[in-house]
Amino acid sequence: MSFLSYLVSGISLGSIYALIALGYTMVYGIAKMLNFAHGDVIMVGAYAIYTICITWGLPPYVGVLGSIVVCAVLGVVIEKVAYKPLRKASSLAVLITAIGVSYLLQNAALLIFKSDTKSFTSVVNIPSIDLFDNQLHISGETIATIVVSVIIMVALNLFINKTKPGRAMLAVSEDKGAAQLMGINVNSTISLTFLIGSALAAVAGALLCSSYPALSPTTGAMPGIKAFTAAVFGGIGSIPGAMVGGILLGVIENLSKGYISTQFSDAIVFGVLIIILLFKPTGLLGKKINEKV
Amino acid sequence: MKLKKIMASLLAAAAAITCLTACKTDGNTSGNDSENNASAGGNVLRIGGSGPLTGDYALYGNGVKNGAQLAIDEINAAGGINGCTLEFKIEDDEAGEEKAVNAYNVLKDWDMDISIGTVTSGACIAFGAEAAKDNMFILTPSSTAVECISGDNAFRVCFSDPNQGVASADYIADNGLSSKVAIIYQSDNAYSAGIFDKFKSEASAKGIEIVSEQSFTKDNKTDFSAQLQSIKDSGADLMFLPIYYSEASLILQQAKSSGLEIKYFGCDGLDGILNMNNFDISLAEGVMLLTPFAADATDDATVHFVTEYRAKYGDETMNQFAADAYDAIYIIKAAAEKAGINADMSSSEICDALKKAMTEITVDGVTGTSITWAADGEPSKAPKAVVITDGSYKAM
Repeated sequence: MSFLSYLVSGISLGSIYALIALGYTMVYGIAKMLNFAHGDVIMVGAYAIYTICITWGLPPYVGVLGSIVVCAVLGVVIEKVAYKPLRKASSLAVLITAIGVSYLLQNAALLIFKSDTKSFTSVVNIPSIDLFDNQLHISGETIATIVVSVIIMVALNLFINKTKPGRAMLAVSEDKGAAQLMGINVNSTISLTFLIGSALAAVAGALLCSSYPALSPTTGAMPGIKAFTAAVFGGIGSIPGAMVGGILLGVIENLSKGYISTQFSDAIVFGVLIIILLFKPTGLLGKKINEKV
Repeated sequence: MKLKKIMASLLAAAAAITCLTACKTDGNTSGNDSENNASAGGNVLRIGGSGPLTGDYALYGNGVKNGAQLAIDEINAAGGINGCTLEFKIEDDEAGEEKAVNAYNVLKDWDMDISIGTVTSGACIAFGAEAAKDNMFILTPSSTAVECISGDNAFRVCFSDPNQGVASADYIADNGLSSKVAIIYQSDNAYSAGIFDKFKSEASAKGIEIVSEQSFTKDNKTDFSAQLQSIKDSGADLMFLPIYYSEASLILQQAKSSGLEIKYFGCDGLDGILNMNNFDISLAEGVMLLTPFAADATDDATVHFVTEYRAKYGDETMNQFAADAYDAIYIIKAAAEKAGINADMSSSEICDALKKAMTEITVDGVTGTSITWAADGEPSKAPKAVVITDGSYKAM
């Protein structure tokens, strides 16, 4: 029974990684850049909810919606101000800028909210479930996380494959120049990608802080790195890959904590990542990249 | 194209500057008020220290800052030490080692005579190593790791980690609280690992069975579901938490949502949990902890301290760190009067005199009565246990 319990909490943690990883992987797939500030957008989203729900005392759904708006706007602004001017620069310059934005967000949060840890009130209001004579306990946050992640992934897949802006994203990810020649506005497509990725980050922030209710300016940093790992794990650029990678990462982490050692769980997770990359260099569901000549 | 490059580098520079200013403003605000006094000069003894005034453990640092300032003001109002007025300055180290060393250098430039060291253990080890080179006297209010006072210039007010580990195990065994104990500790933290080691050996000597040993690290301190599940499976009836309060708040919350019902016992690191922003204090109901200070105690020293502190700084940081720091200043006063310290002596001469005097004095303070010190710097006093009832500490 404890195996099931480890598995469920692993899937719950993994679903949060997956939601964050979706943001990484979309931006990478379309803009071909690693947006290291993504983890900090999550933190901003969580602080937005904290401010709206706890400081102002408004209901949770207003908090979540407000946070989605804040993060979506922030994502677009970051893209316009920090990344767009570097679109033709080397990828290293963009990477450093992303790290700069990450520190900027963390320190801005430090100045505004101070660095003491704040206890977050869960925005999820679903009763928990007890199964098998109370042996297995699944909290409302876990249920919400898993359900929301699945819905978002399905919706995102439909959006990308069935709608016009979604197909425009696919086209831009394959060949920016050709897409532009076909009449696609590359800039607004990339902005849309950041908008969606950052809105997902707000949802991830709400779920992360509801499950683990301690909020500080570095809250997003470690989950951000784990989610980036998850995105690489599943094949960066692939949306189902981010989902599979995130959930696998969460499950491996929790099972190794439960059965091997709480000390080495991170080492084991990253060890598995190395092994997978040795055999499948593009990740589990990554596409093989053909170098253009 | 060129313009874009310039914009990009400007942005990167702006980001870098923000980082710098963010740290800098914190440091400045803490020092300003005392800096103005320092220029007055004359017959003054300067007492300096460092602690986390911002960051995860800001409640500790600000408690020490206010507690020490309260004692300094009282002593100055009563005529100072041997005719010298006291000045006090505390730097922000965010509980980090490098920043603590920087803080020490800043304080040395300020002509510090006596130091209260730092608030947290890791920082104190770094700070203490620098101080030992200069033969600077240190009396840390709250750094608990053994190595913090390894130099012969260093003393402390609080219990050491081993002392807390042993006292916790003794308390649990002597009061029959539990025979099957589970532990969660932070393996990359000197304070937590130090208590854990001693608790473990003392527990086995006292016949307490440790049925589950779980740990976490600073990179992995949000999700405790796996640890809690193992503890659930182990059948433990008491969880020992030799950790700090921000992680403990997560453990309490996650244990509740996973349906784990268990007793909790912690050390002084849990002190502060009731003052966390937006923390649901009903989660901490029934948590037992060893702390040298309970605000509702009725002895004269505590009542005086609590009344004065509340009037000046409110309740937010009134914790054992504030009480330790308040005592630290009075202990320095007792030792300085015994040794006949005056402002003309160098900090090294003061240190030699205080070292000798520390082993000869007996002090009654807020955090203990008839406290004495051995030459190794450890205090001898009895630990007190409290239980959290209706959102405040009650003596057990």
